[in-house]
Amino acid sequence: MGEQRRIGSSLRFASRPAIVATGTVVGPMEAKGPLTQWFDTVVDDAMYGERTPEKAERRFMQDAIDIALGNASLQPENVHLMVGGDLLNQIVTSAFTAAKYPAPFLGLYGACSTCTEGLIVAAAMVDAGYADIAVSVTSSHYQSAERQFRYPIELNIQRKATSQYTVTGAGAMVVARGAGKVAVTEATIGRVLDLGIKDPNQMGPAMAPAAADTLFRHFADLGRTPEYYDLILTGDLGSVGSSILHELMRKRGVPLGDAHRDSGAWIFQGVPGTGVGGSGCACAAVTLGGYVFKQMMANELSRALVVATGALLSSLTWQQGESVPAVAHAVALEVQPQAAATS
Amino acid sequence: MDYLIAFLVGGAICAIGQILIDVAKMQPAHMLVLFVVAGAVLSGLGLYERLIDFAGAGALVPVSGFGHSIARGALLEAERIGFLGLFTGAFEFTGMGVAVAVILATVIALVANPKA
Amino acid sequence: MTHPGKKKQHADEQAQYQRLVAVHVPKPPLVRNLVAAFVVGGLISVLGQAVLNAFMSTGMALDEASAPTLATMILISAVLTGLSIYHHVGEFAGAGAAVPITGFANTIVAAAMDFKREGFVLGMGAKMFIIAGPVIVYGIVAGVLVSAIRWWTGM
Repeated sequence: MGEQRRIGSSLRFASRPAIVATGTVVGPMEAKGPLTQWFDTVVDDAMYGERTPEKAERRFMQDAIDIALGNASLQPENVHLMVGGDLLNQIVTSAFTAAKYPAPFLGLYGACSTCTEGLIVAAAMVDAGYADIAVSVTSSHYQSAERQFRYPIELNIQRKATSQYTVTGAGAMVVARGAGKVAVTEATIGRVLDLGIKDPNQMGPAMAPAAADTLFRHFADLGRTPEYYDLILTGDLGSVGSSILHELMRKRGVPLGDAHRDSGAWIFQGVPGTGVGGSGCACAAVTLGGYVFKQMMANELSRALVVATGALLSSLTWQQGESVPAVAHAVALEVQPQAAATS
Repeated sequence: MDYLIAFLVGGAICAIGQILIDVAKMQPAHMLVLFVVAGAVLSGLGLYERLIDFAGAGALVPVSGFGHSIARGALLEAERIGFLGLFTGAFEFTGMGVAVAVILATVIALVANPKA
Repeated sequence: MTHPGKKKQHADEQAQYQRLVAVHVPKPPLVRNLVAAFVVGGLISVLGQAVLNAFMSTGMALDEASAPTLATMILISAVLTGLSIYHHVGEFAGAGAAVPITGFANTIVAAAMDFKREGFVLGMGAKMFIIAGPVIVYGIVAGVLVSAIRWWTGM
């Protein structure tokens, strides 16, 4: 306990809480992308047989939680804390889903950065001893997000060259105290930055400075370089936002290098009609819970840095002509060598 | 021949709309409002009538034709019955389209659901 | 309170960043978009011309035939919207699908389909004109105004 917990603006989780299981559920569009083999479940009908997309999104979230608990061989009663968030007004998906579980619940909103925001809160609570087992969950749904932030689904609208496509799906992570293989070692909480981007079709450019700021502080605080990590996964910047991020990091003298992937650009790589990539709370969540976690369990990756990015706008603020503030939260994950035998 | 002119004029009006979206960075809704107002103003100047005589559906079908139809209905009724005709005439030519759209939207919404 | 000098510095930073973004943001494929809008908008007009000619062949004058022509175009678009086809036309043709009266009808039907889930009164009924509403509002404001001027001045 004597170990330093706050390093500059970053956090170190001294007890090394671990992600012990994940659950990922996606819709049909995501299954067409290159990450499909890493998801636990693919649902062919994005509406999941429900009458409204909002209800369908809750089904996705509930499935993700149940799969994660099943993978961890836990019952809902074993969970001491649940944290979660989504894109819908008043985070109704998370709140309504949490009502189905006995665990105490903290609702979070960080737009598409909620995935790592939740993981930081869960890891900190477990690290501090307030919970032995915590679940962090996030979801998004193309149709529910589209009708809340943009237009009716059947409207004749031409996608812009910089538009992103909301990922339909949900990702849940079980964070537990004690020896687990994939440890949550450090985190850097993002600062909200607004560099004056007003076009709601340019979420990547709006979020890239926040990602750059968080990455830069993370490396500076911990005395690391991008090469320290086998994978640096940013959340839903898309291909345009990613190239801006690379330039911003180069200008600051910390080039990101080849280890960087963007979950938004990656999840829909080669899928037509998805613009410059995916977005939404589920985008980073299913990439982290699917690809990153499973590759770490398989010892294919030993250190990963996940930086989920969020654009903190509402449909009211952009109609009122306001620019888009953004935030990015980083979480460092590391494979614990000694845990290989115990797990 | 009238088909070719309709194609060229209707296509050109839509291409102007595309320039307003891509180059002038207008939202589609703002672009449509601009077109309907432009149609009404050109109608008031007596120009849109001539464009319809020349291009038929090429000028009638774009939403600028909707603005013209409102203005033309209002003018004809005002000439017929006076001041109140300005208001009763606004839907003279457009009322049918709006009513049909409302009825169809209601019926279709009852039977069809949005797909992604 | 923000220091005025600091505010200026932030504005400079924003302007500098927006120049950087402009370099990275891909330009819209203008030629492709223009051609698609022109061709599709033109074809919809040709269809309209065919309908117009059909009505006029029954002996209607142009003024009389215009309303049923528009109503027929609206019918076609409404059905295509209900079948989830029209938004693909919009994705392909942009303004070519939005500017014709068929696009106007699409906005009404699409809104009705979408918002019925919030109920038939406060959802579908209230929000059917969420996109078409401004077109009607400003069409009437401008149309009645210019006609009033033309009528009063006796042009």
